[in-house]
Amino acid sequence: MKKVQFKSNYSQYFFLAPQLLILLIFLYWPIIQTFKDAFTMQDAFGFGSQFAGFDNFLFIFSDPSYFTAFKFTIIYSFVITFITGSIGLLLAVQANKVMHGKSAYKTLLIWPYAIAPAVVGVMANYFFSERYGLLHHLFNNLWGFNWYENVFDAYIYVIIAGSWKQISANFIFFLAGLQAIQKTVIEASIIDCKSNIRRFWTITFPLLMPTTFFLIIINITYAFFDTFGIIDTTTIGAPGSETKTLVYKAYIDGFKGLDLGSAGAQSIMMMIIVLVITIFQFRYIEGKIHYN
Amino acid sequence: MTKYISSTINHFILSIGLLIMVVPIWIIFASSTHSSLFINTNGLQFFLGDNFIDNYSRVLFKQSGFFNEITALKMFLNSFVMATGIATLSVITSLMAAYGLVYFKVKYATFIFWLIFITLLVPLELRIMPSYIVMSKLNLVNTFAGLILPISASAIATFFFRQFYKSIPDELLEAAKLDGTNSWSFFIDFLIPLSKTMIAAVFIFMFVFGYNQYLWPLIMTTSEQYWTVVMGLKTMYGSISDRFAFVIMSMIPPVIIIIFLQKLFIQGIFQNK
Repeated sequence: MKKVQFKSNYSQYFFLAPQLLILLIFLYWPIIQTFKDAFTMQDAFGFGSQFAGFDNFLFIFSDPSYFTAFKFTIIYSFVITFITGSIGLLLAVQANKVMHGKSAYKTLLIWPYAIAPAVVGVMANYFFSERYGLLHHLFNNLWGFNWYENVFDAYIYVIIAGSWKQISANFIFFLAGLQAIQKTVIEASIIDCKSNIRRFWTITFPLLMPTTFFLIIINITYAFFDTFGIIDTTTIGAPGSETKTLVYKAYIDGFKGLDLGSAGAQSIMMMIIVLVITIFQFRYIEGKIHYN
Repeated sequence: MTKYISSTINHFILSIGLLIMVVPIWIIFASSTHSSLFINTNGLQFFLGDNFIDNYSRVLFKQSGFFNEITALKMFLNSFVMATGIATLSVITSLMAAYGLVYFKVKYATFIFWLIFITLLVPLELRIMPSYIVMSKLNLVNTFAGLILPISASAIATFFFRQFYKSIPDELLEAAKLDGTNSWSFFIDFLIPLSKTMIAAVFIFMFVFGYNQYLWPLIMTTSEQYWTVVMGLKTMYGSISDRFAFVIMSMIPPVIIIIFLQKLFIQGIFQNK
């Protein structure tokens, strides 16, 4: 921390207390409850419960629908990260170059960032509805689109709905990253290398690495957690459970199915995944990328 | 000449981007100004109709919900109370906690640090069911406190403020100490004025975050009196053009905030990177 500090016996606890109190009641208590649930088995009528060891975990691992959700979540986060990252970067590079209308472009490209995922989902709903939907008609004319029976079509539906607003987030951060690169570096590179495209991949893109990795993490967390509102307002997991994310499945099993043990075990599995991503981010990426 | 061509290409690509981001919202908006009958027979519309005032005023003031107990206006009010509560509470508690961590010698500092920051790994979605049980034990279901408190239990703002405090030169505290400033007045008179931009940015961020909550209000509010805008979207019944109008209105507050305060917001984020 700081070299110069206040010496006091109690003031620091006064400053820390409000946050710690809120965290203990509204975060740690539920987390402890989650662990309790994960290791107990409740009978179907809620009359009694008993310690179950790892039974709930064994149950979810033997459940094929858990692996379907796992597979979908991985595919979903990978595709969303790739699509929104590349479109966001492409637009940011263009917006950084233009002389006229820069701030107009910026404003119009940024605003979908503020819209709630659930609202985006409701909008997507209209575009993919059989009755009104423009995209439904377009895809239907192309190959016979039917998202509630065809898994691939359902993927297209939730990927388009999930990517749309996240393009804005990627655009904002890439643009800010580009503007942080010093003019002199760019001017020097123009002298050395005439090709625009080669200069981008050899000079600009490596300098953007910190932003890129930051965004990868942001996009993965978005696809894991924030897409709940999108799934719940579009496919609701259909066809079957093919488009349920891990978070959505845990919610359905716990809240609708009232299987607290399974939901608790699923939550702990997700905490482990988040922990792995975070460690990976701190240890591996922070050490390897080049900051200017 | 090549400069001219390349700038045309830039504008062309950006225009396609604009089409992707703006046209969907425009279509929903244009459709919301037609009558339901017209939409049902002709599908989504690209051009404006003449039912704008009719549709929007009907949605704002009409009672809706299962028991017809709530208007859209009331939902907006609820959302504002919730979002403001979340933003205010997390800014105040995080400012204080970060101050305690950075400017004091704290016993078990590492332990407290981890106690606060490990919570970043457990978003609300991961503890939704037990959180609900805790809230019902505390009798906080169907209250604003129940909507606000679990969402303000976040260390993300503390993390931002801590980074910011660490970037402030030590000399400031040395000089203040020479003048005999105590820890309370250093916090109020020096740090808070210095953190103005950060505070504003965190406030905006948390406000939009709170306003956009969907799952938590859905679970926490069994009484229609506490419905919020974003969760009301799915549960609200009405004709198709009513729903279009409601979708458009629901995005206005956060979008206005981001558009007008984007500079502040981006500045706040990047002060820390």
